[in-house]
Amino acid sequence: MTTSSDIRADAAVVETAAVAVAVAETATETATETAADVLPSAAGTPAEAGPTDPDLAVHLLRLGDDALVLGQRLCEWITHAPTVEEDLALSNIALDLIGHARTLFTRCGRLDGSGRTEDDLAFTRSERQFTNALLTELPNGDFAVTVARQLAYTHYAVLYYEALAGCPDAELAAFGARAAKEAAFHRLHADRWTRRLGRGTPESTRRMQRGLERVWPYTRELFEEDDVVRRLAAAGTVPSPAPLHARWEQHVTGVVTGAGLTVPAPAWSAGGGRGGLHTEEFGPLIAELQSVHRQFPGGTW
Amino acid sequence: MSAQATAALPADPAVAPAAEDELLAHFDALVAGGGTVEPRDWMPDGYRRMLVRQIAQHAHSEIIGMQPEGGWLTRAPSLHRKSVLIAKVQDEAGHGLYLYSAAETLGADRADLLEALHRGQQRASATFNHPALTWADTGAIAWLTDGAAVINQAPLCRTSYGPYARAMRRVCQEEAFHVRQGYDLMRALCEGTPEQKEMAQDAVDRWWLPAVALMFGPPDTEAGGADARTAALGAAVSRRAMAWGIKRHTNDELRQRFVDQCVPQAERLGLTLPDPAIRWNEERGHYDFTPVGWDTYREALGDDTHWARQRIERRRAAHEDGTWVREAAAAYAAREDADAARQRTEEPA
Repeated sequence: MTTSSDIRADAAVVETAAVAVAVAETATETATETAADVLPSAAGTPAEAGPTDPDLAVHLLRLGDDALVLGQRLCEWITHAPTVEEDLALSNIALDLIGHARTLFTRCGRLDGSGRTEDDLAFTRSERQFTNALLTELPNGDFAVTVARQLAYTHYAVLYYEALAGCPDAELAAFGARAAKEAAFHRLHADRWTRRLGRGTPESTRRMQRGLERVWPYTRELFEEDDVVRRLAAAGTVPSPAPLHARWEQHVTGVVTGAGLTVPAPAWSAGGGRGGLHTEEFGPLIAELQSVHRQFPGGTW
Repeated sequence: MSAQATAALPADPAVAPAAEDELLAHFDALVAGGGTVEPRDWMPDGYRRMLVRQIAQHAHSEIIGMQPEGGWLTRAPSLHRKSVLIAKVQDEAGHGLYLYSAAETLGADRADLLEALHRGQQRASATFNHPALTWADTGAIAWLTDGAAVINQAPLCRTSYGPYARAMRRVCQEEAFHVRQGYDLMRALCEGTPEQKEMAQDAVDRWWLPAVALMFGPPDTEAGGADARTAALGAAVSRRAMAWGIKRHTNDELRQRFVDQCVPQAERLGLTLPDPAIRWNEERGHYDFTPVGWDTYREALGDDTHWARQRIERRRAAHEDGTWVREAAAAYAAREDADAARQRTEEPA
């Protein structure tokens, strides 16, 4: 959770800095040292050659797609949040998620042997090649739907990234540890809003319950296990999310009931995202994401 | 007005006139000596009003200013640029919050200020009445309008009102960073394909005037483009603000400083600033440029255009759609407070 606001300087320094903006010619610093700096990667840099692992590439692409797509949805809130504080909070969370996606994509491009960069993966794949869970692409709805989606995802993300922090691959373990810490802040944000809305006014209680009902059928997919994940887990490469479901359920049940709400018991469960079968709302999301990048073939950014 | 602000004014109107002279003398001496006025200090009503107006306008500009760039968050063409833009828009929300807080130390209330913005009684900078039509606009805005903001605001880090000065130190540091990011974005486009460079030039063509005219306020000197009467009027307002240490330079001085900064930067980028009068004046030691007269200024304002309406409409819609959320948060907080109070009375110390 880093912004350029962490930097302080006295007035004199600022005034000098203002006139000396031309320094930008020699430095291309950014305000965002996100999780992407855990790994030595940068946009546009060809991926280094290294050992390939197609299964792990598939798995990391799924995690990266979850983060990118959810981050993209949260970006849609910015300048339309219920308070300026929420504009700030949601943009902060989006920034962390995009950071996670960058790290995961960069590693994926090395592991699948394609040498694709983070931007190749984000901006040049078609809808059917995205493998995020459907939960992350659900339209924002009202603020309660977004909070419910955040609640489900962040509790999962903390559990999974904590587990990933214990994997033998040092790079991935470091990423897992850092992402888990960030996701824990996002979880706190979701927990508090669930409680505020659940115990706020009759209208907010009704909307929050409806939000939970809306997203709950999509939560199971986060914990799905297929042959890829089973092989990776059996080899001890990365943990499977499947065994985490019981703890997830216990945690979210605590938050939901503590907010005076009822944990939904959906009669059906959505799926298909991991195989590239998405909702119809997903196409426009990807079209928007990629529009400028695709409009200028061969462009540098 | 909050209790705090009321308490800072002379309590008894009967004794106020004599006491007020003394307080005013003390205040004037403090400001003239470069001292800092703090929220609990006595201050003239006019000083308080001028500050609330200026700080609120600045806070509104940060919040409204999130919109033109915010519209590109979902379309940023690389994940790096996307991260940078999210961080920038996030900074702007933060600036809005510091500034509303600074205004609240003067007895204003954020909800009232926002209400005034939504009703059109208070304004945000007219710069953002202009549309961000392409990706390059996000670069031009950061380079030019944030660049203008830094020049305009850097002296405010030493403004006489303490909470405002402290907010501005943080704001300026971040704005300076945004300018570098904007310049870097423009440089990438200028070094890219011909289409990218064309997009960059088009954005500069459209954002130059809003930056050079609107970010510095109307002309307040004859040399800067005002006629004698309006120059005198503008100068009087500027002088008042300067005597109070709220403002430190005339609008036109700051405008010149901005032009002097931008011209060499544009040259290095290979972009043309859309003002044929720009040339180096050896004698003055500054770049000449077309003066921003009142007509140009008014034309640039873009009041009551499609985009001006759209900015306020979006702001109002966000506020209205979020009403139930804010009500829920308030009801929850009140209930928590009541529960805590009940617990305290039930558990004797």
